[in-house]
Amino acid sequence: MADNSKTKVVVGMSGGVDSSVTALLLKEQGYDVVGIFMKNWDDTDDNGVCTATEDYKDVAKVADKIGIPYYSVNFEKEYWDRVFEYFLDEYKRGRTPNPDVMCNKEIKFKAFLDYAMALGADYVATGHYARVSRDNNGVTHMLRGVDNNKDQTYFLSQLSQEQLAKTMFPLGDMEKPEVRELAEKAGLATANKKDSTGICFIGEKNFKEFLGHYLPAQPGKMLTVDGEEKGTHNGLMYYTIGQRQGLGIGGGGKTNDPWFVIGKDLATNTLIVGQGFHHPLLYSTHLKASGIHFTTNEAKPTTFKCTAKFRYRQKDTGVTVYLDETDPTKATVVFDEPVRAITPGQAVVFYDGEECLGGGAIDAAFDGETERQYV
Amino acid sequence: MVLQNELERSDLMTAIYLDNGATTPLHPKVKEAIIDTLDNFGNPSSIHSYGRTAYHVMEEARLTLKTYIHATAKDQLIFVSGGTESDNTAIMQTAMSRKEVGKHLITTQVEHPAVLETMRFLETQGFEVTYLPVSQTGEITVEQVKQALRPDTILVSMMYTNNETGVMFPIKEVGELLADHPAYFHTDAVQAFSLESINVKELKVDFLSATAHKINGPKGIGLLYVKEGISLPTLLHGGEQEGKKRPGTEDITGMHAFAVAASQLDDEEKLRRKELFKEFHHIIKQTLTEAQVDFSVNGSEEHASPHVLNLWLKGVPNNLMLMRLDLEGFVISTGSACSAGNIDPSHVIEAMYGKNHPSLDESIRISFGYGNNTEDVTKFAKALASVATQLKK
Repeated sequence: MADNSKTKVVVGMSGGVDSSVTALLLKEQGYDVVGIFMKNWDDTDDNGVCTATEDYKDVAKVADKIGIPYYSVNFEKEYWDRVFEYFLDEYKRGRTPNPDVMCNKEIKFKAFLDYAMALGADYVATGHYARVSRDNNGVTHMLRGVDNNKDQTYFLSQLSQEQLAKTMFPLGDMEKPEVRELAEKAGLATANKKDSTGICFIGEKNFKEFLGHYLPAQPGKMLTVDGEEKGTHNGLMYYTIGQRQGLGIGGGGKTNDPWFVIGKDLATNTLIVGQGFHHPLLYSTHLKASGIHFTTNEAKPTTFKCTAKFRYRQKDTGVTVYLDETDPTKATVVFDEPVRAITPGQAVVFYDGEECLGGGAIDAAFDGETERQYV
Repeated sequence: MVLQNELERSDLMTAIYLDNGATTPLHPKVKEAIIDTLDNFGNPSSIHSYGRTAYHVMEEARLTLKTYIHATAKDQLIFVSGGTESDNTAIMQTAMSRKEVGKHLITTQVEHPAVLETMRFLETQGFEVTYLPVSQTGEITVEQVKQALRPDTILVSMMYTNNETGVMFPIKEVGELLADHPAYFHTDAVQAFSLESINVKELKVDFLSATAHKINGPKGIGLLYVKEGISLPTLLHGGEQEGKKRPGTEDITGMHAFAVAASQLDDEEKLRRKELFKEFHHIIKQTLTEAQVDFSVNGSEEHASPHVLNLWLKGVPNNLMLMRLDLEGFVISTGSACSAGNIDPSHVIEAMYGKNHPSLDESIRISFGYGNNTEDVTKFAKALASVATQLKK
């Protein structure tokens, strides 16, 4: 085995099983491993209980078991300024943000990476299901995690070459059950810990209640495309394109099919609803995106074919990407076949086979010449 | 899979330890004394030979420590579990027993949490507490106490030596002031116990708190001095031990170890250490100056105990500094750990400079003690200067 003892790797440990096993694997491979817990959000309740404290205790238990030093750092301010403000702004604009993409870009692979470098690290490592592959030209490519069900490249799509060059994803070649098994074998306290769900700062809390705490909810009309009033909505920010739950209307209408969110009109504060999962207004032929970014610094032709995902865990769709001639951070992405529920604010992420090429933020969806009324 | 835990952990112990304000290593003589008493397992309350032997060890220890603080035979010295219990007992039980006399207490903003949090609790119970501010040099004057005193003041609690800056408070002068006032006077002498020659009579204190683990004794044993004639109700209820002031079967080993630890500290040794620690200050400050590190010392250097050196390293994040030094084998401290292992800015530094002052995130505490030598401190100073230069924003 190569002598890794002179290579310092700082592992971002969340107190979950994935990052626990990440630290364990690196330690077994002989690296000089340091574990760091990031406290990005203060959710201390009236009883002084804070989930971060519980998570940090798990980090301490695991790091102690593995035999690595561990610390905790506070990025609450950075998180608030660079992720949470963005999150609220997007909702204000009627969009559905993806704070995890932003968190990776700004916190885990910026604030944290900078911190780790100041600590003398050669690399940072996280428990993401993704792979990095460094080619002979010194270019680092990001590949999908081998566990297709867990692949997290969607969330990592905004990482730059400079960030990826200093990153390790030791779990990229593994399947989730193997990870749990390793944790179990090593007697790590987090072996059977439930995976965290949803957005980290909201945790198990009621999403509506949480968001309502920061943004005033403005109830408004819920209309069909034909202008028939179907009741009131609680505030446009609570709804996502293609959503079925929480509308409070059942069946009826022409077909007796369930109702879905098929559009929003921010200007009139109207939620547009329609019947049927496959409502035609939910389908688009192409989208426009901004903030287009590629994980390698290699120049891309202005037009290229690849596959894409428009939300996490979606199957890839064949697309043609047309980069804007004057501003290559903008693109039009044309789908090989219509795609349902393209959601402004979410990421569009490009793939070439196993490689995640990068992506951008969805601004608008179109059906031919017509823009979908999604924001 | 085999993880080399044990090996790594013994490696850790070779780190140069400059966090004696947090706790101290056992003195070899204390270690010996502990081993010697372990077989003396009797319960001092037992009416048989084992009990009498244990009782003898306990009373010898009490006498040694009473002598150490110049208490008289009639004064009380109650063994407790440590500084926190000692502070809690003095404050809580004074409040409980004197609430008919008055409900006002005075302390400072820079006390140890064992005092501050007890005071805050009392505030929720209908007591009123004055928290005296400190100057930018971390000092407090007897005049401030005088101004805050009221007829209904029942207790003044003021630390002897501040744990984060080493700054010493005018205990003797406050004792003098309170001689003519019915308020009791408590001092948390935890940080002063190893370097100051403590005389409870000269200080005119009613209560004094100390703990063994800050003077190279073991954890889990502390003391509360209570002046002759004062009867505090007990915090814990139970048996007859410690004059019913602190029930629970006595920790003979701890008591003996505490006394042995104190016995290593005569005036000559204290003076020797003070001189040595002052030299450490000089080495560190000079090394930083030579390396052109922009720094200043937090707290008065004139009225301070030299076992602490608190530095503001301008533009250098202290949490990162602590980690870097830790990974390089040097142990210091910053504020105190709060939620999720994060470090809360020091309330002491905050009291000196105000909220949001840059020094809050850029100050470190280096604290010296038994076992530190010039060579180690020189090595440390070089590492500190080098890391500070690298981390400077």
